[in-house]
Amino acid sequence: MARIEFQNLAHAYGVKPGVKPGAHHGPAPASLEDYALQPMSMVWEDGGAYALLGPSGCGKSTLLNIVSGLVTPSEGKVLFDGRDVTAMSPRERNIAQVFQFPVIYDTMSVFDNLAFPLRNRKIAAAEVRKRVHEVAEILDMTRELPRKASNLSADAKQKISLGRGLVRKDVAAILFDEPLTVIDPHMKWILRRQLKKIHQQLKLTLIYVTHDQVEALTFADEVVVMTNGRVVQKGGPEALFLRPDHSFVGYFIGSPGMNLCPVDLDADGVKVGSQRLQLDANTLATLKHANGTLTLGIRPEFVRLADSGEAGAVKAQLLRTQQLGNYQLVTAQCDGNVFKAKVDPHVQLNEGSLWLRLAAPETVFFANDERIAR
Amino acid sequence: MNKPINQKAWLLVVPVFICVAFSAILPLMTVVNYSVQDIISPTQHVFVGTEWFRAIMNDGDLRGALGRQIIFSACVLLFEIPLGVGLALAMPASGWRASAALVVLAMPLLIPWNVVGTIWQIFGRPDIGLLGYVLNVSGIEYNYTASPTAAWVTVLVMDIWHWTPLVALLCYAGLRAIPDAFYQAAEIDGASRFAVFRYIELPKMRGVLMIAVLLRFMDSFMIYTEPFVLTGGGPGDSTTFLSQYLTQKAVGQFDLGPAAAFSLIYFLIILLLCFILYNWMERVGKGGPATTGTAATTGDDHAQ
Repeated sequence: MARIEFQNLAHAYGVKPGVKPGAHHGPAPASLEDYALQPMSMVWEDGGAYALLGPSGCGKSTLLNIVSGLVTPSEGKVLFDGRDVTAMSPRERNIAQVFQFPVIYDTMSVFDNLAFPLRNRKIAAAEVRKRVHEVAEILDMTRELPRKASNLSADAKQKISLGRGLVRKDVAAILFDEPLTVIDPHMKWILRRQLKKIHQQLKLTLIYVTHDQVEALTFADEVVVMTNGRVVQKGGPEALFLRPDHSFVGYFIGSPGMNLCPVDLDADGVKVGSQRLQLDANTLATLKHANGTLTLGIRPEFVRLADSGEAGAVKAQLLRTQQLGNYQLVTAQCDGNVFKAKVDPHVQLNEGSLWLRLAAPETVFFANDERIAR
Repeated sequence: MNKPINQKAWLLVVPVFICVAFSAILPLMTVVNYSVQDIISPTQHVFVGTEWFRAIMNDGDLRGALGRQIIFSACVLLFEIPLGVGLALAMPASGWRASAALVVLAMPLLIPWNVVGTIWQIFGRPDIGLLGYVLNVSGIEYNYTASPTAAWVTVLVMDIWHWTPLVALLCYAGLRAIPDAFYQAAEIDGASRFAVFRYIELPKMRGVLMIAVLLRFMDSFMIYTEPFVLTGGGPGDSTTFLSQYLTQKAVGQFDLGPAAAFSLIYFLIILLLCFILYNWMERVGKGGPATTGTAATTGDDHAQ
């Protein structure tokens, strides 16, 4: 098990590691947009479960491959327990990885598949047998051991991939690259719970790449949210939900995501379109110190309906309501900005205008997409 | 299950049946017809039963040709398959080098059979051929028109040169179809280069290898043009393979009866050997070799 640390890590494809940007090998990243992974530093604690969350092409797989050693970063260092492993191969780093599609050795039995990493490391047969049976026990696969791996279902194959990581006692971390993509929903749930159990049992450092927020939030202690090659926030579910560091986190986490709307600041306060919001003095003072475009963010869960003409509430036009049983999702437009609100399902709403209270304790403000701390 | 009975559906099969009848069944039946008759003249023929079959089976020349043929095909498979796999493994995976390698490799495949024979006939001549001349100058006695061994080796090398690229191309296609994750997983599992070949590349190439083996077996078993052009079956009958022997009988001596009987036997031999090869490879791939079997049993013992 290992504590993983990144120091000023960055990666641009096509740039050879160790070559100073601007030297004549390949194009040097001219701006931050040219990086597949923008410069960052971070620590992942030993025994923690981390998830890398973001849309396709956000750089999460690049980061994972840098951890595993399949990709050598063009800048910065990767440390395992303080040891610089940047230049090391996956084998030397002693990590295990589970891929998107199950990778199994077709001609081998389940037993041989699980024993393969140990046999490659010339471990005595008795020890191999012991470890394989322990792992099969954990994965609940003891009965499948003598069977041919190629005849098993996708989820069983994925368990074997995981098992090949678990058999080695000394793995630094186990990496998962969207491992549940090919598993059907019901098995997904079971496998995720099993994974969680294994994590608690064995105290492994687990790193899990996914674009599914539910998967990330239920699996990980801490979620690393990425977009456009940049790490925008690292935190637990509560922090991501209540205190998104970046407007992207607000928008990406939650279903539906956070309502984001540009606001204007003048001497007296904050305006959405032409309507004024009522904010407390402290918030207003902080906002006045912030530079850049201001954006208001409020989760649909915290938007309240107000009585007509109530002080500090804004007037909006009802666009549609969707009944979802336990709540109704109200979509309304306020001076060109669309807001969604989760409202009590029994409230009867009529066509026309309604009043929304956007200033709540949970309301956050972003300056140039970065959250303003309050 | 209640299947509706619709005998008219048979009509749908009729066009295919007619096509197959004209392309395969009727010609084959003609051969069957010839094989049981003695054709004295176009208007005169006698039914002889299995006589031609018995005669053919006891024909020493034919047994010799069959023996040579089996050894030749075995050699072809023995050399071309490993060589083709090796070439495919050594080829670059992408970039202009891959394209260049593919073009160079495919070159021999584009040359017509009789031209291949002619090329090697000249190439191997001791007086003006590059190969023959160099070999003789460097002290190796080489004359494919005089020495049966030299003739044999020349025919074999010629076939390897001509057809190994086919095996290599098939294997190359098989190799390229393996997702990167397999190599990455093997790297992480600490597998050696040999283990990667043995447990990932070879099993994933099973399908294309089967095609390669069957194609090369059938083709080499029916080889005719190249040795005919190169050695004419000689010296003596040392490079007379089955189809050349058959042609001599049917066309040269116009022994239609024995030739037809032999054609049928020939056909059955190829069918039988292909069946055996196919099933053997299928079992090797699916059931796994002996090592997997024993390991599986150990696993089983301890699971109890």
